[in-house]
Amino acid sequence: MVEVSGLWTVFHTPGHDAVVHRDLDLTVRRGDVLSLVGGSGTGKTVLLRHMLGLTAPTRGSVMVLGRPAEQLGSRGAASRVGMLFQHGALFSAFSVLDNIAFALRELKTLPADLIRDAALLKLQMVGLDARHAHKMPAELSGGMVKRVALARALIMDPPLLLLDEPTAGLDPESADAFCGLLRSLHRELGLTVVMVTHDLDTLFELSTRVAVLADQHVVVHGTPQEVIAFNHPFIHDFFLGERGQRAMALLHERPPAG
Amino acid sequence: MEDLTPRITVQDAPEGRCALPQGRWTAAQLTLPGVWRGLAASLKVWRVAPPVAWDLRGLQRLDHLGAQVLWNHWGRQWPERLELLAPQRAVLERVARYAVAPPLRLRLSWSQRVDRLGAGVLEVLEHGRDLTRLIGQLALDLGRLLRAPHEGPWRDLSGHLYHIGARALPITAMVGFLIGVVLAYLTSQQLRQFGADTFIVNILGLGLIRELGPLLAAVLIAGRSGSAITAQIGVMRVTEELDAMRVMGIPRGFRLVLPRALALAVAMPLITVWTTVAALAGGMLAADLALGVTPEYFLHALPRAVKFANLTLALAKSAVFGVLIALIGCHFGLRVKPNTESLGQGTTASVVTSITMVILVDALFAVIFKNVGI
Repeated sequence: MVEVSGLWTVFHTPGHDAVVHRDLDLTVRRGDVLSLVGGSGTGKTVLLRHMLGLTAPTRGSVMVLGRPAEQLGSRGAASRVGMLFQHGALFSAFSVLDNIAFALRELKTLPADLIRDAALLKLQMVGLDARHAHKMPAELSGGMVKRVALARALIMDPPLLLLDEPTAGLDPESADAFCGLLRSLHRELGLTVVMVTHDLDTLFELSTRVAVLADQHVVVHGTPQEVIAFNHPFIHDFFLGERGQRAMALLHERPPAG
Repeated sequence: MEDLTPRITVQDAPEGRCALPQGRWTAAQLTLPGVWRGLAASLKVWRVAPPVAWDLRGLQRLDHLGAQVLWNHWGRQWPERLELLAPQRAVLERVARYAVAPPLRLRLSWSQRVDRLGAGVLEVLEHGRDLTRLIGQLALDLGRLLRAPHEGPWRDLSGHLYHIGARALPITAMVGFLIGVVLAYLTSQQLRQFGADTFIVNILGLGLIRELGPLLAAVLIAGRSGSAITAQIGVMRVTEELDAMRVMGIPRGFRLVLPRALALAVAMPLITVWTTVAALAGGMLAADLALGVTPEYFLHALPRAVKFANLTLALAKSAVFGVLIALIGCHFGLRVKPNTESLGQGTTASVVTSITMVILVDALFAVIFKNVGI
């Protein structure tokens, strides 16, 4: 689904070049739920942006669904890749329903009532009531913005879903509901998911694969169990700290999806 | 190659007709050009003569949009006989569970419309109140600055002076010069008919120095810097920077409004002089070409045609315009609500209001000082 090979990302700033990725390789197979973890500034979000073709690689290639990532943004792109941005990125001039329906409506091939039904369905799938449909994004709470953004990403049921901090800013209950939704979509539609997350509960509950970013490349990529067993200072701090222990207990209770 | 197009074939079985949807019933396929038209036509046929049973097992893929199409076709209920796979059932069940009548958009009743009108009037009054408060706060902040000049936001002031003043020089010079040329050409046509060629110095001198110079500069700066001020402060609202300042106990009047108002009060008269000089240069050039009024004569006659009081008036006017533009910019910036739409509206309102106010105040000046300098 996603094939990142030999990726270099260098951001040029006057007087100083910041190397974000150094010869990074990563493969995501169909049906994987991959979590990208890593400390602040290790280029997790930048890697997602590469997969969306929003940032061009300095060197190397990023192939998504068998095509270079830069070519994603053509007609019907919403049916190939869905993206949930960290802060939702809802169009503030549109109502909730128009936000969700936007990608379908712009294709101008389907009748309006079918599009409305499809958008309402997605709105309720993410756990929001239909009465929110005509609200404007400014009237929504942070968690609701996130859910509308997810509904918008799912409108055309894309095979690949990219999520940037999907559960950050959600209350535990909504986060659980979110995990449940993603898990069933993964099961029924064979969704492939790449997500950046710091939330260990979500990570262990959903991930079939984990990739750890540190020192400008992927340190280790494998099942959650394999990653935890890997010896690296970041992994030690991240997973085996107090928070990590709690989430690990969860992992042993409940095997991950997949 | 396999045919992926969503379509329906029908099989006649002893117990009745069985509909066999085939292809990929997915958003990607259904939204391809022409696909929907074909499918809708065949669905219409089967609505007239509904098949007895449905068998979805031949479907290559079914996603929520495809399921919605089927569900709507079935009249939002399960068909009597249906064969399908477990994942298809899960998707269809989700569609069935959530299929609701769309909520109606609220229509405004007459009393609500009247209320809205009243709210509009109150909002205008609120603008007036806020602006007055801003002026009062500016006066208090000025007092504070005079008492303790070393605490003033001088770095901000110099930054704003550069961005509002120095960076605006090329555009104001160009516009001023061209307006001068146009004005001189137009008047020269008329003056030549009366043989009153030399009066062009009076017309250009008085018109540009007293009225057009300050007004042109103010309109340009309102469009250029008034909008920038609103956008800057508005973005600070959107990104919660204003709230952060408030929490830290930093007075925004002193830190945000005062430096901008001061910078514009200083920069505006200077830009006015610059614009007027550029306009006079343009006028002088055009007068030379069109009427043969030489620049030597022009410069010689100018001091006699335009009294010194006009210059003072123009500079005083510009300083007032500057403060006005800054205050209106800040006012609308501080009123921005934390969303991008409000930011756009605020910026537009700021520019429109400041240009209107500049022209209104200019008219006021013209009335009050009608006996000065003419």
